[in-house]
Amino acid sequence: MANNVHTGNVHTGSIPDERPPANTVGPVAWLRNNLFNTWYNALLTILIAWLLFKAIPPLLDWLIFSANSFGTPPQVCRQEGGACWTFVSEKLRFVMFGTFPYDEQWRPLITIVIIIALVLASCDRRFWKPWLGLVWIAGLTAVGVLMWGGVLGLTYVENTLWGGLPLTLMLSVVGLSVAFPASVLLALGRRSQLPAIRVISVTYIELIRGVPLISLLFMASVMFPLFLPTGVNFDKLLRAQIAFIMFAAAYMAEAIRGGLQAIPKGQYEAADALGLNYWQAMGKIILPQALAISIPPLVNTFISFFKDTSLVIIIGLYDLLGTAKAALSDPAWRGFYREAYLFIGVIYWVFCFSMSKYSQKLERDLRRGHRR
Amino acid sequence: MTMTQTAGAARSFPQGEPIIQCQGVHKWYGEFHVLKNIDLSVAKGERIVICGPSGSGKSTMIRCLNRLEEHQKGSIVVDGIELTGNLKNIELVRREVGMVFQHFNLFPHLTVLENCTLAPIWVRKKPKAEAEEMAMRYLKRVRIAEQAHKYPGQLSGGQQQRVAIARSLCMSPKVMLFDEPTSALDPEMVKEVLDVMIGLAEDGMTMLCVTHEMGFAKSVADRVIFMDRGEIVEQNTPNEFFNHPQSDRTKLFLSQILNH
Repeated sequence: MANNVHTGNVHTGSIPDERPPANTVGPVAWLRNNLFNTWYNALLTILIAWLLFKAIPPLLDWLIFSANSFGTPPQVCRQEGGACWTFVSEKLRFVMFGTFPYDEQWRPLITIVIIIALVLASCDRRFWKPWLGLVWIAGLTAVGVLMWGGVLGLTYVENTLWGGLPLTLMLSVVGLSVAFPASVLLALGRRSQLPAIRVISVTYIELIRGVPLISLLFMASVMFPLFLPTGVNFDKLLRAQIAFIMFAAAYMAEAIRGGLQAIPKGQYEAADALGLNYWQAMGKIILPQALAISIPPLVNTFISFFKDTSLVIIIGLYDLLGTAKAALSDPAWRGFYREAYLFIGVIYWVFCFSMSKYSQKLERDLRRGHRR
Repeated sequence: MTMTQTAGAARSFPQGEPIIQCQGVHKWYGEFHVLKNIDLSVAKGERIVICGPSGSGKSTMIRCLNRLEEHQKGSIVVDGIELTGNLKNIELVRREVGMVFQHFNLFPHLTVLENCTLAPIWVRKKPKAEAEEMAMRYLKRVRIAEQAHKYPGQLSGGQQQRVAIARSLCMSPKVMLFDEPTSALDPEMVKEVLDVMIGLAEDGMTMLCVTHEMGFAKSVADRVIFMDRGEIVEQNTPNEFFNHPQSDRTKLFLSQILNH
């Protein structure tokens, strides 16, 4: 209806425009409206200002002013107080790459670069073409070759030695990119007209969702091998990865189901009436709209799964958080846990915040133009 | 149950090769009997207006013709294909039967042009260029070609409904079903949609139209069908129907919609 709205200049009346009263605009009015508009808000404002005043200076002091620069030995740090950033510079490679052979650590470094490049490329909607799938297969193959080695003159590295950021990225990126299509199928299955498919989907989703991720990881690492015939060994990392995929798929399926339910019945009917078959109607009409609606809950799941990869520590895999903890167990560096967790926290935060920002941009892009 | 026999049988319909044939069609929603013993035969090129009070089963009946609703008894044959549970047959029928909805049901995430080319490309397997050329032709015909690259949400209701008609026409259907196409429109937009429908009728399109626009019925229809409580109560030429209604229910309905 937008083009029917009269958009001409409205300032054409006989009464000239006046400025609003002075006490309703400007910083003083803003303060009064937002911080001191009621007595309890005024009280809260004062209380929070006091807390900030108490908390910020010591924090800044520890972080920056009395912090020991890179290179200060830990003994000196202990006496001086203040943050000891030597911990980060000293332990950086261990935290990032875990127990991967020291001289070969360029391989996990390239792995990190490849995975981040793949993710960034997939963020651009112009690249959302079938060939992007091939790029992913090629990229992940390269990652596999780099990490395992054993070919092209690379020494073989067992995956029990993998750790740090590459492990976190691989678990989450591979996990989410396999879980996502699976979750779409589960969500469609849950709304299927075919009773068998519906029952299977519902059972799967409710079963997996009702179990804590930790217990699923335990089952994958401890119980699952008991059911295998002797001699058959199934890689521990792979089992953890599968547990993650199963769990993430169940959660994302529910997010997508929410989107599917929000699509008006008329869209299904219009697609049917044009003679589109089920997969065409879903692929061209229903899913593009449903997934756009599901972005906020999906990203919520993405973010929480990225962080939940740190749970693999309980089955003896060393992801980013695991390597940081291991670094702290070095007797020379015991006690610098604030620096360690702050550093890890910043890395996690950068990734999660980027996901959040990107999803907001994507939502805006997808809504542009076709808002009802 | 003799009331289900059509009262206005003064003239026998249709007069030509039938494209739609319903025989003894019944439908229930749970316990509720929505369609009762519907016999309907539609000739090629025939223009039919279906009217009746709300809840009389008009929409349900035409929605059975492309199996958006399933009937439980009787037979419906469209373009030589009987509508049963067979999905392949249902898709074949839907290709040949266009439908225009009360609420337009355009795809909001696609542009007007993409709305029109989607089914020809994916269902009729037409090359993209050819589908776009045809879409532009039909968009011109409904006088909205200049909006081809806008999204449906940017158009007025009347414009959206004209796009919906063009979208259906792009499949080159043999029959067009209209389900209260002007009921959701602001009054000033009704005419632009009716004009397009009149143009279609003049070109000889087979049309079944559920509508309350009695002016349209009088000027365009070959036959007016009156439904009440799931039955076809009366059907006749517009002239006979409006001037000499046979059954009391028809008379009551006409007095309610015409004298206000």
